Amino acid sequence: MPAAPLLSVRNLAIDFAAETGTVEAVRGISFDLAAGETLAIVGESGSGKSVTGLALTRLLPEPPALYKTGEILLDGTDVLKMKARELRNIRGNRIAYVFQEPSTSLNPVFTIRSQIAEAIRLHRPEVTDVDAEIVKVLDMVGIVNPQQRMRDYPHQLSGGMQQRAMIAMALSCHPDLLIADEPTTALDVTIQAQIIDQLRALKKQLGMSIILITHNFGIISGIAERVAVMFRGKIVEEGETGRVLSQPEHPYTKALIECIPQLGRKRERLATIDHAALEAAL
Amino acid sequence: MLNYILRRLLYSIPVVAGVMLITFLLFNVLQKPEAAAALNLGAKASAQAKQEWIHNRGLDEPMPVQFVKHLGRLATFQFEPSWRTGRDMREVFAKHAGPSLLITLPGFVCGLIAAVGLALYQVFVRNSLLDRSMTLAAVALMSVPAMVYIIFGQAVIALALNYFPAFGFDMQGLGTARFLVLPVLVMVLVNLGHDARLYRAIFLEEVGQDYVRTALAKGVASTRVLGVHVLKNGLIALITLTVAHLPALVMGSLLIENFFGIPGLGNVLFIAIQTSDQPVVLASVYLGSLLYIAGLILTDLLYALADPRIRLS
Amino acid sequence: MPLASLPLAAAGSGFFTSLNDFLNRWWVQDFIVVFGFGLVFVLLRAGSRNERWQRAWERLKRDRTGLIALAVICLYLAIGGLEALQIPSSGGGRRSVLDLVVGGIPSEKTYSAPLANTLLTEIPPKPLNGRHLLGTDALGKDVFVQTLKACRTALIIGGLTSAIYIPLGALLGIIAGYFRRWADDLIQYIYSTLASIPSILLLVAILMILGKGLGTMSFALGITGWVGLCRLIRGETMRQNERAYVAAARALGQSHWRIVTRHLLPNVMHLVLINFVLGFSGIILSEAILSYLSVGSPVGTPSWGSMIDGGRSELSRDPLIWWNLSAATVALFGLVLSLNLLGDSLRRAFDPKRG
Repeated sequence: MPAAPLLSVRNLAIDFAAETGTVEAVRGISFDLAAGETLAIVGESGSGKSVTGLALTRLLPEPPALYKTGEILLDGTDVLKMKARELRNIRGNRIAYVFQEPSTSLNPVFTIRSQIAEAIRLHRPEVTDVDAEIVKVLDMVGIVNPQQRMRDYPHQLSGGMQQRAMIAMALSCHPDLLIADEPTTALDVTIQAQIIDQLRALKKQLGMSIILITHNFGIISGIAERVAVMFRGKIVEEGETGRVLSQPEHPYTKALIECIPQLGRKRERLATIDHAALEAAL
Repeated sequence: MLNYILRRLLYSIPVVAGVMLITFLLFNVLQKPEAAAALNLGAKASAQAKQEWIHNRGLDEPMPVQFVKHLGRLATFQFEPSWRTGRDMREVFAKHAGPSLLITLPGFVCGLIAAVGLALYQVFVRNSLLDRSMTLAAVALMSVPAMVYIIFGQAVIALALNYFPAFGFDMQGLGTARFLVLPVLVMVLVNLGHDARLYRAIFLEEVGQDYVRTALAKGVASTRVLGVHVLKNGLIALITLTVAHLPALVMGSLLIENFFGIPGLGNVLFIAIQTSDQPVVLASVYLGSLLYIAGLILTDLLYALADPRIRLS
Repeated sequence: MPLASLPLAAAGSGFFTSLNDFLNRWWVQDFIVVFGFGLVFVLLRAGSRNERWQRAWERLKRDRTGLIALAVICLYLAIGGLEALQIPSSGGGRRSVLDLVVGGIPSEKTYSAPLANTLLTEIPPKPLNGRHLLGTDALGKDVFVQTLKACRTALIIGGLTSAIYIPLGALLGIIAGYFRRWADDLIQYIYSTLASIPSILLLVAILMILGKGLGTMSFALGITGWVGLCRLIRGETMRQNERAYVAAARALGQSHWRIVTRHLLPNVMHLVLINFVLGFSGIILSEAILSYLSVGSPVGTPSWGSMIDGGRSELSRDPLIWWNLSAATVALFGLVLSLNLLGDSLRRAFDPKRG
């Protein structure tokens, strides 16, 4: 009998109050995530994928965000009905985040050490030697010389190292789920590959679930078992990664995959996506 | 670091020269020497007395000569003695700086704490009715001229309620404190509206930064996010706004000191204005500028020390 | 502290004494009022054709606080305007249009309380010449009327000062931001030096030398007040310089003059407007403080600042005279608060992202 999913999103709809009216950012999406599984959510900017990621621990500022309908079940408990203290309990602890811009996502006036220590002291008060834990987790993400590095300030680290530090901070409390929102978009292409490899290694080592949010189909194979494609707030296609990439069913997925320039293929012009037609067909 | 200090000092020299030029233009060029003599000696003084007065001060020499002498005197802090009391300016400043600081320093510190506290609280409850009301209150506080606070402070609180002395000053150890309470309170009130609004804008800007989202995503409580993460970043921005005024605190507050009878530099200047005592005004303008320029250098230094991005680059 | 009775001499600046005299002629003031209102009207019309201003106006219309503030300001403008329009009256004096409207309130000998029937300290009490809503001041003039008349003083000082500091600050700011290099260095040096002198000290020194008067006060305030606007415009000009449309205009070979007047200037004007509104409130507060320091409005000119200054000694009298000070404070507060609120609303209207 298959185990109950770790995370279960049912019919989630989120609106944003903007100056020109209400924007429907997420329009009724549902998906499940099993323990140890990696799900990639792929879509263009404005598809609602980042909003979905932040919604999972109610991190969206309300207002302007409004959770219209739906439930987010973490091991059966609805996140959207949790009180503030419970929410703080799961953030960083059961569900942790890695964001797109590590240079601005880390606090510039605190050392790496103090920022990771803050998380550990918050969720694992039983730990006596916090520094040892920090060294351990920095080592796990592939940062050399962690004892030195942890006393550095974020600006003293390169982009790739900053992102590794962020991942370390996210892992420091052994979360069940890691949500990585565009973790490689702000980094050089070569570093991108390193970070994805690192994530893959960590996944194997720790057995945690990952939600990988990206607009880049290119990075998901090899790490994500399943992929959900989002367009204008809806999930238009979902399935096993290999199948979706090789035999996409929905026209939007097809168009997205077509857009990836391929070496060696002759073509007159790069493909584009006709959003209006696709929207009408939704 | 030493290099940096030296460079900043070097860049300040042309600015100080500029200030010297402005004082020269005001007191020696725009003002006719006969008028100055009339102010000092009285309108009814004889023409001969006025000429002698002018000659004694070298005001009949050619302008370039006067300017050079002016530069020299200011650079060596040799000021003309007060027209009213005849006392040397250096003695005056030394004697009256203390009482001024007794008011302005606590006023500055208390004002800073109060404004930062209010600003942080407003950010905590941002976009709520409370936030908007507090903003309105701050604007209202700003829209009242300082004298009204002073006048009402004295009339209402001191006279009517008879809690604190309305007037006077006495240096007797801890007893001095009761003379300070009202002036310090008034000083805090006068600046509170303006400062709270300014700091609120700074903290609001910080709250929109990515690192705040990361801290919340870690499960940190919003009180700690504001009180530790936002505050520390905001304070660095605050340095650029507040530290520059620190050295000039010694000049005291014109209005508050005069009104509450505090024998500080502000009061000295106030009387000088009323009695057209030009040497005192000139000395105050020059010294006030020097202190502010020193404050700017101090700001740059503190900022470089406080922000790790600059300190370790 | 007893005030010395030495008058502040217009120490040798003939230009400024004649400026003060010139400004005291009734037809000059009429002209300034009409010119001022006309200028505002023209500027607003030019602004209404600007797309950014149109969008801001739409947003402003939804801001209730801003609209109320605007209405209050218009009220003050109307009162000040009525008072400033002066016509020669029979008997060789001058009366203002406001006098005609409010007219006919006689003056008493000295102080009387609001709505009182007798003078404050006359024994035995004799009936007054008329009813005074807010009492009378030391010279027996009706306080309510004096408060209204002071609107004109505030508007003149604010208007004249703005007429000095805005062109100075905006022009130097654009020049510094657009041409950079030595022009920028020079202008930065000038305003850094000016800004190093604590403004109250500089104002007092200037007024001591040049003498009291509406003209000299506006000059002093203008000469010391342009730095903030200059910095602001310089920054914005430098930002706009980076934008593509300026590069495009340059590539098309447009002259500096055209680029500045047709592209840069319209895009910084909203900053000038906001600075003007907020600056106006600062000018009025400064006038009050300067009057308190006895370097403000000349004696005889009704001004809120001098009323507050007088209030200082009036409050320590017995019986307490509070109406002069209160009327001036409330009137001043009303205008300054409205200007500040309008300035904030304008800021939000032009740039909604900044809460």
